Amino acid sequence: MSEAYFRVESGALGPEENFLSLDDILMSHEKLPVRTETPIPRLGTFFLDRSGGAESDNAIPEGSKLELPLWLAKGLFDNKRRILSVELPKIYQEGWRTVFSADANVVDLHKMGPHFYGFGSQLLHFDSPENADISQSLLQTFIGRFRRIMDSSQNAYNEDTSALVARLDEMERGLFQTGQKGLNDFQGWEKGQASQITASSLVQNYKKRKFTDMED
Amino acid sequence: MGNGLERRKNGGREIDQEDGLRQVLEEMKALYEQNQSDVNEAKSGGRGDLIPTIKFRHCSLLRNRRCTVAYLYDRLLRIRALRWEYGSVLPNALRFHMSAEEMEWFNHYKKSLATYMRSLGGDEGLDITQDMKPPKSLYIEVRCLKDYGEFEVDDGTSVLLKKNSQHFLPRWKCEQLIRQGILEHVLS
Repeated sequence: MSEAYFRVESGALGPEENFLSLDDILMSHEKLPVRTETPIPRLGTFFLDRSGGAESDNAIPEGSKLELPLWLAKGLFDNKRRILSVELPKIYQEGWRTVFSADANVVDLHKMGPHFYGFGSQLLHFDSPENADISQSLLQTFIGRFRRIMDSSQNAYNEDTSALVARLDEMERGLFQTGQKGLNDFQGWEKGQASQITASSLVQNYKKRKFTDMED
Repeated sequence: MGNGLERRKNGGREIDQEDGLRQVLEEMKALYEQNQSDVNEAKSGGRGDLIPTIKFRHCSLLRNRRCTVAYLYDRLLRIRALRWEYGSVLPNALRFHMSAEEMEWFNHYKKSLATYMRSLGGDEGLDITQDMKPPKSLYIEVRCLKDYGEFEVDDGTSVLLKKNSQHFLPRWKCEQLIRQGILEHVLS
């Protein structure tokens, strides 16, 4: 299936997410801190500890601090901040930006994300005064880490790579995988395997699962 | 609110899509009806303060729609890949996981591809789903991975494909069985 299945790519690093990209959908599910700038009636049941109660029409009060998924924050945000205002998650703030600039390789971007670059790029939509610094930080962090990712993906052949990818964010893992594929394809070609017909990986996966769903 | 979508996004093709989809559509219906009612109240009852609420629900509706469409589209991409990776006849076990509409889509795709292939290479057409890797020889060594039974080779002669038996066969006859995991291409 790897040969004939082409998943919809992420657009998160660019101006807009790709509507059909599953990666972007997962990325935009991550949360960020927001503050309501107006009461939001009748939704108090979703945030019970904040609810204004019956007299306010069960509203989420103005000035509530909530964690909302990116897709919702984007949808409710406008440049006049009539419904909500957005706070930068800590890892995109100055403190962490300084850490990244000191040594980008040390940080566990998977724990901080796992969509560090994608989410950070889409954060720019919220017109923070720190946008220029955030973009610079994202770029420089990637530049700092890229060399190691490229080297390790091109040199780890037939080994357990879990330690190498543990601290990479999703975008970096994708890059690593691409590097590995290039390496494996080349090695296969060197061994004369390029003309070997192989089983569809889809078939192999289904065999492993033994279609247990049929018994449900 | 749309959390069942996470399961669907991560689950891929195996999960029974009917149940998850039904729940999402029910949620969308509920959100839509609540919004309709609030819009009326905002317009006629002067409740302009309901607008953030209406927007909130609308965002959820858009999100649900996006997840549903992306999920179904991804399934189609995988189903399309099946035609190339597996062949034009899918085994029952795979078909079990496809909806009737998806099966219909597969059949349409199959037909389009067949029409296209017939239009290539003069009178005979050209099967471009064959020889996906550059062939080095007309005949290849294969080992049987599971019992398959009688397999007709040429001019009525046939071989018995029994697990672990090895054969020297024409490449174009074996290609599909190798892709389906029944034979293994042995390199000399």
